[in-house]
Amino acid sequence: MTLYGKGLRALTLASIVTITVALVLVFFYAPLDADQGFVQKIFYLHVPLAIISLCGFVLGGLLAIGHLRTGDRIWDMRSYVAIHMALIFGIAGLISGSIWAKASWGHWWVWNEPTLVSFLIVLLLFATYQPLRFSIEDPERQARYASVFAITAGAFVPLNFIAVRLAQQFVHPRVLTLGGGNLPGSMRLTFFVSLIGIALLYATLWKYEMTAKNARMQTRRLRRRLMGEDAVRPLGRSAAPS
Amino acid sequence: MRTALAVLRKDLRLELRTFETVPAMALFSLTTFVIFHFGLNRASIEGQLAAGVLTVTLLFAAMLGAGRLFVAEREQGGFDAFLLAPVDRNAMLVAKAAAMFIFLAVLELVAVPAFALLLLRPALWPRLLGLMAVLALADLGLAVIGTLVSAIAIHTRARDLIGPIVGLPLLIPALIATARAAGPVLQAHTSGSPPGKWVAILALYDCVFGLVAYAVFDFLLEE
Amino acid sequence: MITLATSPALAPGKAAPYVIAAYVVFLAIVLIYVAIMAKRLRSNERDLADLKREVEQRRSVEEEQRDRETVG
Repeated sequence: MTLYGKGLRALTLASIVTITVALVLVFFYAPLDADQGFVQKIFYLHVPLAIISLCGFVLGGLLAIGHLRTGDRIWDMRSYVAIHMALIFGIAGLISGSIWAKASWGHWWVWNEPTLVSFLIVLLLFATYQPLRFSIEDPERQARYASVFAITAGAFVPLNFIAVRLAQQFVHPRVLTLGGGNLPGSMRLTFFVSLIGIALLYATLWKYEMTAKNARMQTRRLRRRLMGEDAVRPLGRSAAPS
Repeated sequence: MRTALAVLRKDLRLELRTFETVPAMALFSLTTFVIFHFGLNRASIEGQLAAGVLTVTLLFAAMLGAGRLFVAEREQGGFDAFLLAPVDRNAMLVAKAAAMFIFLAVLELVAVPAFALLLLRPALWPRLLGLMAVLALADLGLAVIGTLVSAIAIHTRARDLIGPIVGLPLLIPALIATARAAGPVLQAHTSGSPPGKWVAILALYDCVFGLVAYAVFDFLLEE
Repeated sequence: MITLATSPALAPGKAAPYVIAAYVVFLAIVLIYVAIMAKRLRSNERDLADLKREVEQRRSVEEEQRDRETVG
């Protein structure tokens, strides 16, 4: 039985340290943006969240490939947790992006920010993942179809990003360009530390949820063996793999 | 290959006998054009707006039609029969996608002239070739995604809902590329050739999802 | 940075609420998630306690039976 809790403490510690350092850098080290002022600080939160969320969705697709190739349902659970976590980070990214847009341009939503727009589309797609799982009763089929969806949607993410990017022809302060020539060195450092911090947080929460789910699954199995099939309460409204 | 042709022939024959899918899609498109006329409050449109209206209408008509693709298989045990036969399972993907493509092509034979008649301001004839090229690529993407999503949805409880809500976001890049490619085509006073950039993106979309669908379809058919 | 001046810079005073709101929302989402997980872990612990009790019961019943057999 794989123990997902192993290494969780080290990972958590690493996350806390990195995020704290990132916050210090954001508020005390990174220079004030000449154009957007203090508001630009949201950039260090919003962009890493968006990037890690998109990576999480692609990771979900990759883990789903593992499921379809091995047939072992644990991969499906890994894929489910990856997508679930990416969805949470994505919503946080969308909200922070919206707040940034309001503070920056005075509107709660802007169409001329391609990252934000393609992000909305990706979230709309992955929001159907759980309803899809929930509407298939047979657990084996549910896992298989969810994996097919995860792979298709994972392939969709980069393609969607490219298409939306090209569709937005507006000249506009592309503060959301990564690295490149736009960011001065100190900002770039702060950005990368923030990125690593959010990535570590994602990994920590992924492991955390895997540990909890694994523990629950093993407990149910134990209960089933000890007290028979009827003693195990059905999970009810759960789209998650059990 | 032969299996795919056999399944395709069966589907086409079924459609010719029952006229279930394509006339409904055509009627839906015509009604949608009328709705757009009132919704936009315009007598005629051109350029990007026209491209948008046409693309969106085709998109929704395709979602409607795709929902019917696997119903016969599901209700009459066609899946089991297919699985028992010693054939390449991807033949069903090819056959269904081809059927969907043909349905869309027939639909456009009706819908595009109707669109030109009802809403389009510039003359259609000089622009037809450019528009057809764009629509052909678009139909390919719609067929692939429609088949994939329909195959996923057919085994779920809320199959009429799951199909569109999963399919529409997946089709957004195709929609973007189609609308942006068709925009300059439908513009008055232009040569009527679609911009290469967007045609390339549409082709890329078709390739990527064609390959993805081909890779995963097998897993949808297992019992 | 070469930009079009479409976004007037808000003075730190007025901008602070937005920035703080963004970071707080993020923190809130993470904490809400942790709280939900904590609830699940608690119910799992309860399950395990049940199972442990069950195993002890069975073991004590077995021992009783064995004692009775050796005595009898």
